[in-house]
Amino acid sequence: MPGPIQSLERAAAILRLLAGGERRLGLSDVASSLGLAKGTTHGILRTLQQEGFVEQDPVSGKYQLGAELLRLGNSYLDVHELRARALVWTDDLARSSGEAAYLGVLHQQGVLIVHHVFRPDDSRQVLEVGAMQPLHSTALGKVLSAFDPVAHSEVAEGELAALTPRTVTDPAGFEQVLELTRARGWAADLEETWDGVASVAAPVYDRRRMPVGAVGVTGAVERVCDESGIRARLVAAVRDCARAVSRDLGAGRF
Amino acid sequence: MTDPQTSADPTGTSSHGSGPFIAAIDQGTTSSRCIVFDRDGRIVAVDQKEHEQIFPKPGWVEHDAAEIWTNVQEVVAGAIAKAAQDIPGFTPADVKAIGITNQRETTLLWDRHTGEPVHNALVWQDTRTDALCRELGRNVGQDRFRRETGLPLASYFAGPKIRWLLDNVPGLRERAEAGDILFGTMDSWVIWNLTGGVNGGVHVTDVTNASRTLLMNLHTLEWDHKILASMEVPAAVLPQIRSSSEVYGTTNVGGLDGVPVASALGDQQAALFGQTCFAEGEAKSTYGTGTFMLMNTGGTPVNSYNGLITTVGYRIGEEAPVYALEGSIAVTGALVQWMRDQMGLISTAAEIETLASSVADNGGAYFVPAFSGLFAPYWRDDARGVIAGLTRYVTKAHIARAVLEATAWQTREIADAMTKDSDVELTALKVDGGMTSNNLLMQTLADALDAPVVRPMVAETTCLGAAYAAGLAVGFWPDTDALRANWKRAAEWTPRMDAADRDREYKNWLKAVERTMGWIEEEH
Ligand SMILES: Nc1ncnc2c1ncn2[C@@H]1O[C@H](COP(=O)(O)OP(=O)(O)OP(=O)(O)O)[C@@H](O)[C@H]1O
Ligand SMILES: [Mg+2]
Repeated sequence: MPGPIQSLERAAAILRLLAGGERRLGLSDVASSLGLAKGTTHGILRTLQQEGFVEQDPVSGKYQLGAELLRLGNSYLDVHELRARALVWTDDLARSSGEAAYLGVLHQQGVLIVHHVFRPDDSRQVLEVGAMQPLHSTALGKVLSAFDPVAHSEVAEGELAALTPRTVTDPAGFEQVLELTRARGWAADLEETWDGVASVAAPVYDRRRMPVGAVGVTGAVERVCDESGIRARLVAAVRDCARAVSRDLGAGRF
Repeated sequence: MTDPQTSADPTGTSSHGSGPFIAAIDQGTTSSRCIVFDRDGRIVAVDQKEHEQIFPKPGWVEHDAAEIWTNVQEVVAGAIAKAAQDIPGFTPADVKAIGITNQRETTLLWDRHTGEPVHNALVWQDTRTDALCRELGRNVGQDRFRRETGLPLASYFAGPKIRWLLDNVPGLRERAEAGDILFGTMDSWVIWNLTGGVNGGVHVTDVTNASRTLLMNLHTLEWDHKILASMEVPAAVLPQIRSSSEVYGTTNVGGLDGVPVASALGDQQAALFGQTCFAEGEAKSTYGTGTFMLMNTGGTPVNSYNGLITTVGYRIGEEAPVYALEGSIAVTGALVQWMRDQMGLISTAAEIETLASSVADNGGAYFVPAFSGLFAPYWRDDARGVIAGLTRYVTKAHIARAVLEATAWQTREIADAMTKDSDVELTALKVDGGMTSNNLLMQTLADALDAPVVRPMVAETTCLGAAYAAGLAVGFWPDTDALRANWKRAAEWTPRMDAADRDREYKNWLKAVERTMGWIEEEH
């Protein structure tokens, strides 16, 4: 029978060290308190980071427990529960905006569409529930990358593929987009994923104020935008919807 | 930070217009809710509160009517408060009327002098009157009153429940005959309380609710005195039968001041109205605690030869009544609740989809939830629930799948009956209700029916229907055509299942259904 796996034991020791209170530790602190070589410790921390169990503060370079750990427990919000809570408000969003509404969550390296409401005209449309969208170019994906640290690390490690001539592909430029998204509380996609299509999205928070998903509308660029960008009316409708869903999830007023 | 991508700062802009508004109360089986709608039929504010389900014995289901009335007052106040929070300048005076919709058949008797219920309400799912119903059928059987009422004699309906209360609550029959006791389904209870209760509350019901009592003649829309005599129900307890859309009185509840109470519809008829099924042949199916498919049959009550029932769809004021054929399924969402509350296999109803999605099929298991016997198209009070096809291979995930499939196959059974009775082919099914947020279920439904399933943009069609009927009564909306314009398609699921698979699965389902019947043997 094989013995315990050493690197897993070490990873567990690191998680225990970071657990308990708001702890942030630098690489050398972790290495020295566990009596490990820096190189070994760094390898384990990076792996844990990839899994979302550990996060590294971009400024100080220190490590702390990652958001993915929170998802492991019972407090994890079921995506179908999220859809059920969002139903009334996303219907209303599609009606008030005249565009198709989407609710997306992070799944692996992309956005999983968990709910889709048709554009309220009589055209034939196909339900896109279950489809995946890119994190780096869609409004939903940018919102998740900006507000959910796990999504952020996924996108930071992936390639920013040029899907249209307007896709932001350089990492520094992309980080600026995320910063703007955090600052104003919503994201846009102006023909960065599909030619002729624009979208706008805002974050949905749960009771613990964790960003659990993003909600938004997508449509033809000439309807969604005016000369200066996304129409203000649509931005307001999307943000109202995100707030209403968050409120139903118990996030309180904000 | 400057904002290069938007034309203006949207902060503070509300996407909702200003009033006036219509409110609706949905006094349901599991909860009471109040929703405020604007003129486009958009939801402005919602408040909701669950009440206790009381199960005193196997097959018995009761509600505390006093708790329900407290909850109704709270949700009205709650919805008004939320509207005031979200809509700049909102005042309760912007609410022009309030409509009522309710769980149907649930039966209450109360003292007209004190306003106190004489017993818990007997809920529509309660089967305690099954022996009584057999007795009432005499030598004719289940169809003894079908010609007059459109209904089979089944424990589901209100009349036998009144009789049970009169027979079993000591002294009640004498008080009822003396005129001290009032009967009502939940519409009557809510309206009586809203309009003043012991201080001049109006004692009325609407044609749709009355059509579920087994006591109303479907053609005259009046209480049938011969049936009242057979059922031994004194006429003195009965409310006045009114249309579904007219002003019954006014209310001051929840911060409202003199607001007209202007509609009453059973929840399923309200959903038909909310889905704007105003033309003959139009149908909808609502997925809540149970599932109910109703088809508008216009001005004629159509007899069913395939296990459906004939009911009143709605009546707007003085206009002619509109009838409907109905396929009633007692247990659909309630089975999901049972998985959550009684089995503890999931922690929220929506998680059934997560659990069911973790496997590709039912693993050979079929779940027939005949908890209250079987309703349409069988009408068997003697049936009880069965899980068939179990092997050691079956996991809780397979059972979860079987739970969702049970809703789909039960719908298939009533859709088949509807096609036979009405000669209208099912080209697409319009759905609504809480279970429609379950994507796997909606796909399974399309597969079982081999027809597209369409959800409208307001899943809360029950409340919407009550709001529409109230709005029509006070001139908030001009006519039903104006309402049709509000109907929008939100989602559509198209069938993907192979025909051979569908046939095999349906056959297995029907085999499982057979195994539920005759479980309860005649007592005494
Ligand atoms: N995502 C879901 N998947 C499966 N079932 C669900 C889901 N969400 C809700 N349900 C079921 O739907 C029912 C609630 O739906 P809804 O609120 O329309 O019920 P209802 O019958 O109108 O309630 P009431 O009888 O109180 O009016 C519950 O029985 C619940 O178990
Ligand atoms: Mg309901």
